[in-house]
Amino acid sequence: MKRPTTGRSRHSGGPNVGRPGFAWALPATVFFALFAIVPLIGVAVMSFTSWSGLGSPEFNGLDNWNKLLGDKVMMQSLWLSALLTVLGVVIQTPLSILLGVWAAGQQKNRAVLSAIYFIPLLLSSAAVSVLWRALLDPNFGIPGQLAGIFGGDGNLLGSQAGAIAVLTFVGAWQFTPLHTLLYQGAARSVPPVLYQAAEIDGAGTMRKFFSITLPQLRNTIVTSGILMVVGGLTTFDTVLILTKGGPGTDTTITPYYMYRKAFQSFDFGVGSAIALVLVVIATAISLIMVRATGYDKMNSAQEGI
Amino acid sequence: MKPRPNYFAGAGSIIWLLIVLVPIYVMVTATIQTQQGYASAGPLSLPSSFTLDNFGALVTGGFLTYVWNTVIVTVSVVAIVVLVVPPLSYAVVRSRSRGISLIFRTFLLGLAIPAQAVIVPIFYLISVAGLYDSLIGIILPTAAFCLPICTLILTGSMRDITPELYEAMAMDGATPMRSFFQLVLPLSKSGISTIIVFSALQAWNGFLFPLILTQSASTKVITLGLFDFQSQYGVNIPGLMAAVLLSMLPVLFVYLFARRALVQGLMGVGGK
Repeated sequence: MKRPTTGRSRHSGGPNVGRPGFAWALPATVFFALFAIVPLIGVAVMSFTSWSGLGSPEFNGLDNWNKLLGDKVMMQSLWLSALLTVLGVVIQTPLSILLGVWAAGQQKNRAVLSAIYFIPLLLSSAAVSVLWRALLDPNFGIPGQLAGIFGGDGNLLGSQAGAIAVLTFVGAWQFTPLHTLLYQGAARSVPPVLYQAAEIDGAGTMRKFFSITLPQLRNTIVTSGILMVVGGLTTFDTVLILTKGGPGTDTTITPYYMYRKAFQSFDFGVGSAIALVLVVIATAISLIMVRATGYDKMNSAQEGI
Repeated sequence: MKPRPNYFAGAGSIIWLLIVLVPIYVMVTATIQTQQGYASAGPLSLPSSFTLDNFGALVTGGFLTYVWNTVIVTVSVVAIVVLVVPPLSYAVVRSRSRGISLIFRTFLLGLAIPAQAVIVPIFYLISVAGLYDSLIGIILPTAAFCLPICTLILTGSMRDITPELYEAMAMDGATPMRSFFQLVLPLSKSGISTIIVFSALQAWNGFLFPLILTQSASTKVITLGLFDFQSQYGVNIPGLMAAVLLSMLPVLFVYLFARRALVQGLMGVGGK
């Protein structure tokens, strides 16, 4: 297949013969466009319509947006999403750095324990939520049996503080293993010569951790942090199954509020407007991610070799 | 220099071990107890009764249908991903077309689209297409949402093939088709196994699309079955735990026998 030589052709060398054409990209592109790009445009359009699930959506101008601006639950949901996300990052980051650096050691017992730490990752979010809902059951759960520690009536999900604590804890239980793996891999790739040099200078364990390990993990902290932020902002299964957004609307985070508006109140227009807010926030974060990691560079490090 | 044992880290690692294992212990022991035995003994105690009825009840309750539906969804999603992603990644790595560069950028932007954000239009599309409450209605969007990460993984994997190899193929007069099958596919096996595991996990664990796009028992997948079971029989904890345990068994199986592939698939990285 012949292609006009462009200015970029000196990169990655070689003649233009035998290169795949546009047709190779077509099936995936059409498929992706149909189920991701078209709906993305659709959600923007539908945020200016009114639709109850029957008939066709009808334009209603800025009605949905005006409704949302005056909606206390919506504003609260943004704040709650941010709070849960920040709590997740603040708790999981130090925890997974410590566990990951620890697990990076070559000792045999560490390998065994790391394999066990991995177990929560084998469960789906739905399964994790159902499991913890059962574990925290007010009548038959752990808080009831250990009333001495947990106090009260054993219903941890009965108050806003309790429900937020539970969501944060369950999120940490579910996702810390993933971030631990990231840090374990990164900690193993720190050049040993750095530690040897520090030991000659008489540095202790703490000094080595703060002066060598932590600075070397910088990039991983960024990657893992972004994953936590995106994951936190799009949390849905856990809230639906564990708290149903409650008590009241006390844990109604933005994705859950979107679900309630669209699929329980059948106000798909307002639901779409909330969804669009989510898209904008998530895209902004992801753009930063793409920039920060250089994923948007078309050619890899091998370019020009 | 012999490393000193780190007692602080040792203690911390044991505490985290307990946090991970206690819920698993309660889950496993609950599944073999009667509902009454579990209620009277309490979750943390040693089992006071023994029964396999919880698993029997799942079978008679139609849970195997959910498992079968989930298998169909998972296999189909993986099939779609494996059919469309390798040709795209090949084009991204080897083509010089600006169009393909633009497509790749669009896919990367797709990494940012959370499924919740587009679920309303997808619900509309699937309903209009007459696919509401069908497995195919779950399969199509689930596969589509696997594409960005899978393309990213496989493109990374294919970039490791040196240009000299392509040029050697081209010298021999190989068509892109021949290069693809004889050079690219064999050399990106690990990347392909990563995208298989990743998309299988997405399909197996998927919750939002089934929740919104299906409603009958005949199209229910496991995650949705768990959710319904929880809403209807929330107090039957041994039964619930048996369902949770059953839902994780296939993943556990992969973990035991293909740990590396599972870890890479879970993290959505690597493939080298």
